[in-house]
Amino acid sequence: MSVWKDFTDGLWKDIPPFRLVLGLCPTLAVTTAADNGLGMGLATTFVLVCSNALISILRKLIPKKVRIASYIVIIASFVVMVELFMQAYFYRLYIILGIFIPLIVVNCIILGRAEAFASKRPILNSIADGLGHGFGFTISLTIVGAFREILGAGTLFSKITLFGPHFMPFSFMVKPPGAFICLGLFLGIMNIISRGRV
Amino acid sequence: MALNESALWTVSVSPHVKSGESVEKIMWTVVACLIPPLILSIFIFGIQTLIITLISVGSCVATEAISQKLLHRPVTVRDGSAVITGLLLAYIIPPGVPYWLPVLGSIMAIYVAKHLLGGIGFNIFNPALIGRAFLLATFPVAMTSAWLPPIRDASIFKYMGPGVDAVSTATPLYILKHYGIGAVMEKFGSMSTIYADFFVGWRPGCIGETSTLLLLVGGIFLLYKGYISWHIPISTIVTIAFLTWIFGGEKLFTGNPLLAVLSGGVILGAFFMATDYVTSPSQKTGQLIFGAGVGALTVLIRLKGGYPEGVCYAILLMNGVSPALDAWFKPKRFAPEKGAIK
Repeated sequence: MSVWKDFTDGLWKDIPPFRLVLGLCPTLAVTTAADNGLGMGLATTFVLVCSNALISILRKLIPKKVRIASYIVIIASFVVMVELFMQAYFYRLYIILGIFIPLIVVNCIILGRAEAFASKRPILNSIADGLGHGFGFTISLTIVGAFREILGAGTLFSKITLFGPHFMPFSFMVKPPGAFICLGLFLGIMNIISRGRV
Repeated sequence: MALNESALWTVSVSPHVKSGESVEKIMWTVVACLIPPLILSIFIFGIQTLIITLISVGSCVATEAISQKLLHRPVTVRDGSAVITGLLLAYIIPPGVPYWLPVLGSIMAIYVAKHLLGGIGFNIFNPALIGRAFLLATFPVAMTSAWLPPIRDASIFKYMGPGVDAVSTATPLYILKHYGIGAVMEKFGSMSTIYADFFVGWRPGCIGETSTLLLLVGGIFLLYKGYISWHIPISTIVTIAFLTWIFGGEKLFTGNPLLAVLSGGVILGAFFMATDYVTSPSQKTGQLIFGAGVGALTVLIRLKGGYPEGVCYAILLMNGVSPALDAWFKPKRFAPEKGAIK
């Protein structure tokens, strides 16, 4: 039961980035299209689950004083794996995401979950936590990306064209200021919904 | 004014002497000062300027009412501030844009730039200028190519329709930036003709920015009524003229300051946008620096930036500095200096 709760926490109660407000850099930078958001989210999920699991296994071995450095080494190893994997099999996405794939190393969500959760809990809970937060992050990034792509380019997942030929895309939405305004609107909507629940 | 003056004994905190001015009165006076350029713009560009302005004002007022309802704030559309935002937004977009464009700009200006930041009195940036910046970033083609040439003959009410590509032209500042002063004179006539035409308003440009004469009349009326002080407009215009004179020409000190002030949105920006109470400093020294900053940034963007005109971004950037200017240049208080009393 507690494992299930650890999983679902990441899907609504602590959903990154809206609730934790961590990992804003990829949220703002790569969500210019829905598939970019989805790819980034899945890459982060993989790193998050693996690093959570390994850190949880090693939690009694890692000395307190060098724990952050140890976490970074573990996370960086998985990020290199993801990077090489994407370069081999998803080359177009690899080019689009660019520098933001290696930057997963310093994604606050991963380090935050390692420090706050995986370093104190057993392995099964840590994996569930990583999966929950990873999927939450993926869903958020995909939704933000879809919203910006629909308005900014008039397409969805780069394939489906939603509007007629006379549609003039809001290029503002795929530019950086559009990302900030979009994120702010989503945070506001989340607050309205959860206020209604409380 | 808002308090009940009929009460014989009113016990209240200061101020005790009221001037009889109110937000409503000031706002509607500004609206009245902005009407003459609109009427002239119909004669310059055609009837669609009136339609665009009405759409812009209407959608601003509607957005204001809906936003205030949604945010559970008192609905204050009667105070005229949304009308001013709508007017100013229409005045700084080209006359040949499609009719749905000002609607989007109004939503951005009123809902995002004004009410999400706290409503009237709390907005950091001038809402109308945010609306323009948003439109320019979103629809760069429509916002930079929908210029119409001034109508010369008597066919003033000839309907030109939105988005007419065949008759679109370039603004004087665009020609000046890309082809030099010679091309400007080739297109608009001799220097004296240019000064006369531009002063009255017969030039390509945004809907309400062309007529220096009528905007000056409105601005001077506001100065006379004491609604704005001279510090921001004068320091803005003087800085633009001075810096253009120094750096605007081929060599130093050969620029044309008069042309720089008469073209683009300098007069409209200096008198009606930079002087917005909420987004400009409230003290004299701060206002002088604010105006000088607007002028310097305008010239910088015009001469070195990617856009031919920079008043909009210059004012927005200085809006961001305005709280700091208020904090740095406080007036002397009626109290001894710190440490004077032992």
